[in-house]
Amino acid sequence: MGKILMKGNEAIGEAAIRAGCLNYFAYPITPQSEVAEYLARRMPEAGGVFLQGESEVAVSYMIFGASGCGERAFTTSSSPGISLMAEGMSYIAGGECPAVFVNIMRGGPGLGGILPSQADYLQATKGAGHGDYRMLVLAPASVQEAVEMVMTAFPLAEKYRNPVMILGDGLIGQMMEPVEFPDHLKTEPSNKDDWATNGMDTRKSDRRNLVKSLYLDPELLNSHNLKLKAKYDRMKREEIRYETYHTESDYRVLIVSYGTMSRVCRTAIDELRSQRLDVAMVRPKTVFPFPEQAVLVASEKESCEQVISIEMSMGQMVEDVERSVRGKRQVHWFGKCGGEVPTPEEVIDAIKALVK
Amino acid sequence: MGKIFCKPVSLSDQATHYCPGCTHGVIHRLVAEVIDELGVRGRTVGIAPVGCAVLAYNYFTFDFQEAAHGRAPAMATGIKRVRPDLIVFTYQGDGDLASIGMSEIIHAANRGEKFTTVFVNNAVYGMTGGQMAPTTMPNQRTTTSPFGRNVEEVGMPIKVAELISALETPAFISRQSVIKPKYVVRAKKAIKRAFQYQIEKRCFSLVEVVSTCPTNWGMTPVEAVQWAEDVMHPYYQLGDKKSPDPIKDKED
Ligand SMILES: Cc1ncc(C[n+]2csc(CCOP(=O)(O)OP(=O)(O)O)c2C)c(N)n1
Ligand code: SF4
Repeated sequence: MGKILMKGNEAIGEAAIRAGCLNYFAYPITPQSEVAEYLARRMPEAGGVFLQGESEVAVSYMIFGASGCGERAFTTSSSPGISLMAEGMSYIAGGECPAVFVNIMRGGPGLGGILPSQADYLQATKGAGHGDYRMLVLAPASVQEAVEMVMTAFPLAEKYRNPVMILGDGLIGQMMEPVEFPDHLKTEPSNKDDWATNGMDTRKSDRRNLVKSLYLDPELLNSHNLKLKAKYDRMKREEIRYETYHTESDYRVLIVSYGTMSRVCRTAIDELRSQRLDVAMVRPKTVFPFPEQAVLVASEKESCEQVISIEMSMGQMVEDVERSVRGKRQVHWFGKCGGEVPTPEEVIDAIKALVK
Repeated sequence: MGKIFCKPVSLSDQATHYCPGCTHGVIHRLVAEVIDELGVRGRTVGIAPVGCAVLAYNYFTFDFQEAAHGRAPAMATGIKRVRPDLIVFTYQGDGDLASIGMSEIIHAANRGEKFTTVFVNNAVYGMTGGQMAPTTMPNQRTTTSPFGRNVEEVGMPIKVAELISALETPAFISRQSVIKPKYVVRAKKAIKRAFQYQIEKRCFSLVEVVSTCPTNWGMTPVEAVQWAEDVMHPYYQLGDKKSPDPIKDKED
């Protein structure tokens, strides 16, 4: 299959189907309603389930129920809706079920705005709901990458039996770009007979399965949390993804940026380098786990004077960057969070102000 | 001579944590008997609520999921939509279903989700220590209505069975009681019918069960039964409220 031109939101819906996920539950919200509109037609055609829930709260439990009984399920929403789903995410992580949540972020807090932002970084990476849990968070920078990340999200969610989030800014959902879909994923959620409530008849033994997150005994709850922690530690060892730009040669400034913002930074870096100001970038593709080591190594370069986190939020990623840099370089911030994506010129000015 | 009365296979041997005189245990047994009789244990998934019955899965012997407070109907929807062949029921208290989870139950019922809800109405929040529920009776004292439920301030108790029956979508909705043996027999019939409608993929089904909470009512089990009959039964009229067949008007 060749490339086709598709809007990000529609491509995300199609990617899920091609990942073998035929169950979608959602509640409309700008700027991602096109996923639901696309799947309302496409899911029945693919023989799948499409259901518009009564609220994002309900939707997160529809996902939990479906994945708890061993079927692939996913939902999409945007910032205010994700806040409502946060309760469900905590229960799904506690109940150790796989699930995929897509957040096409808009500005906040509160109703904020409907234009692109990256204002849910902390919510996504530090745990949106209550309790000791984490989600694997993938941050695409193009429609093509969104498609690929959606398709890898399902096997990852199943590998860890934990929710996985695709964290895209509004532009990822709204822009049209050429995409090429990888081959269909034919895999089934593996080992589901060991844990899913798919009915005792499906299993050889008389064992019944239980999906739950309540452990009233403090020792049992502690060991449950240690087991979850071991999964998050394993994610840190095995799932970190990032991309570097011009980190091989010398540079005075290191940018850390992700999603649509990183594309603007690339343009700015090209321009700055043509003006003989060398700048490089580390782009996290997973924001949890964060590519700490890659940022540390890049910041330790002799020529590197400063590090700057450039994001469409008020510096939410700065603490992850500072943590990675370990005090060895000064970490700055530049960004906007009203719905406008900073222009390459604005990025250039911010960098020049650092090294003047 | 063989055994003529024994514990349902769907019920485990574990002693329950329910208080003496609590009717949760009776309702568990009815559900287990019905599942045994219908032969669906191997494809049943129960959904536990948040409330005194959160540990219900310790007493049943088939697959179970545990929901967050009030969300059981959404969870059941998720399961039933992706695996329509499974037999799914939610088991919910009145705080769980009629307060925090009102939206989930109304919408699941209105969509005609083909699962069954067993709704335990004991007029209080049991698990958290007897606070006022949407079903608490007028003037009933609870830990958060120490002077009695003031209907001027918080309205009248919600009649869930009637409320859901008002929806246009076909459903089987019944209110029963388990406070005396004669009621228990009828309650079982209703629960069985509810599961049968599900098995036949006919409609959503809900059986509200008038129950006791002697602990939080501050009564002995005997007093509790009497209070339920004297105070709850006249307000929460028993009988089938709606069925997918023409309604049988059977109030008793
Ligand atoms: C989101 C949330 N809010 C509050 C609670 C605390 N809580 C636990 S059980 C319960 C009430 C249960 O009452 P009911 O549903 O009537 O069941 P019963 O215990 O009477 O059987 C509450 C408020 C909770 N667990 N989760
Ligand atoms: S507190 Fe009430 S509802 Fe809960 S187990 Fe005791 S008697 Fe039953």
